[in-house]
Amino acid sequence: MRKSFRLKRNAAEAERVTPGNREHEVQTSKGWECEVQAYEIAQRGQKPGTSEAQHRYLRSLRSRQYRVAAARILIFVLFLAVWETAVRLGWIDGFIFSSPSRVARTFCAMWKDGSIFLHAGVTLVETLVSFGCVVLLGIGAAVLLWYNTELSEILEPYLVVLNSLPKSALAPLLIVWLGANMRTIIVAGMSVAIFGSILNLYTGFNEMDPDKIKLIYTLQGTKRDVLTKVILPGTVPLLISVMKVNIGLCLVGVVIGEFIGARQGLGYLIIYGSQVFT
Amino acid sequence: MKPLLELIDVCYSYHSKGGETPALQNISFQVRQGEFIALVGPSGCGKSTLLSLISGLLVPESGSIQFVRSSGENSDTATDSAMRGKIGYMLQKDHLFEWRTVYRNITLGLEIQHRLDEESRARIDKMLRDYGLERFRSARPSELSGGMRQRAALIRTLALEPELLLLDEPFSALDFQTRLAVCDDVSAILHREKKTAILVTHDLSEAVSMADRIIILTKRPARIRNILELKFEESGLTPLARRSTREFQKYFNLLWEEMRDYEEELPIEEERS
Repeated sequence: MRKSFRLKRNAAEAERVTPGNREHEVQTSKGWECEVQAYEIAQRGQKPGTSEAQHRYLRSLRSRQYRVAAARILIFVLFLAVWETAVRLGWIDGFIFSSPSRVARTFCAMWKDGSIFLHAGVTLVETLVSFGCVVLLGIGAAVLLWYNTELSEILEPYLVVLNSLPKSALAPLLIVWLGANMRTIIVAGMSVAIFGSILNLYTGFNEMDPDKIKLIYTLQGTKRDVLTKVILPGTVPLLISVMKVNIGLCLVGVVIGEFIGARQGLGYLIIYGSQVFT
Repeated sequence: MKPLLELIDVCYSYHSKGGETPALQNISFQVRQGEFIALVGPSGCGKSTLLSLISGLLVPESGSIQFVRSSGENSDTATDSAMRGKIGYMLQKDHLFEWRTVYRNITLGLEIQHRLDEESRARIDKMLRDYGLERFRSARPSELSGGMRQRAALIRTLALEPELLLLDEPFSALDFQTRLAVCDDVSAILHREKKTAILVTHDLSEAVSMADRIIILTKRPARIRNILELKFEESGLTPLARRSTREFQKYFNLLWEEMRDYEEELPIEEERS
């Protein structure tokens, strides 16, 4: 082992090191140049169209994408076709199960008198507002808990209990407390998502690599630097995935709220429809 | 050489529900300006704890860690922020943040200390050029090789212009060949920048190839067992060149014997306790 080093490095060593002189030359060494070259080759390799095999690979990739898209559309069309046929041939009762053509007719009618825009718009606004509040409050609360571990220890059981409450059971209470208005419905939407997102974000914050945090302290950072330089940027992927789930949960909460205490919105429309039906 | 740092009777213990674990006992030594010290000892003996104490991340239970000011007259305690500003700390892994470019990873420390200005930018640009990373300034860390990442981490530390560098096994995550090359790079950079350094390592050959002095610690609770002064006939050798000298073999064997004693002592001491 030692001998081979000697052979390899001897020539370079003779040039670099002058005896009795502690000055080391910082090398513009061959090793670094090789790394740079490898990097450039890798960069070039990412651009398509270098060889026939690469073309073939790209073609197969494209055709796979087309197949996936076509299959998705096909499944949807097939589903509508089977539903419509089943109603037309009398396999299922169109009055109870409806049919794509009935849905389309109703939709057109509501489009013409504009009511669909009102109801969908109201639900959309309520969902977005409650989602926005969940994002801000969720991140804020998780940061607060992360800052103060004693506080998080105190509050943890409460958060777990609140998170496991059936929120739809809360909706009637919210109406009693806050009145039958838009604010209540927004709060109902938030109540479904908020506790889960606080818990998820807080857990994510605490799972950050402790050595990355130590690094900030070795650079003489403060806890605030740890938050802004490591925790927040490092948990962006988690934040996005939590929020993806939350927008759906907010919609669920809003619709539940509308079931009980609204004159507008998709939830109201559903309840109205079912009451007309019975 | 003038003294830069002095440790006097430093003791430290870890506390947990289960009880108290003494980690360091009566550690005293001096670090001279421009010197390269290696700390070796059985794993888990408290080497990294010692670095954390020197850097001020931990505070000693008793004893003192004094930075000797260049005037040589007044000195400050380890927790003093003025002193911490003179210490650079390199951890085992490079911990480059994937959400920042290489350049912004390097400026992280300066950003935190609000010291990012024209002058420091020019200094970083020069180091990037010198250490072969200029083309990668806007690359993501994942695009770099292990050696390049370690160099980037070193620039991040050096950008703060520390007087004393604490290296906590910074090469142990690298494969053997890269490690030899990076040791050469780091040693060359440290000599050029005339930095004082304390290296914690479990690799005896690395210690012998890089250090001017080797401090050997006992098993936990760590005390100083011996301090080995390395003298090479030819001075100014790179770590790799040192590995093929006669002295290297001699010191390595010496160190090996010292450390081997421990392995033999271990079961006996355990029986006693």
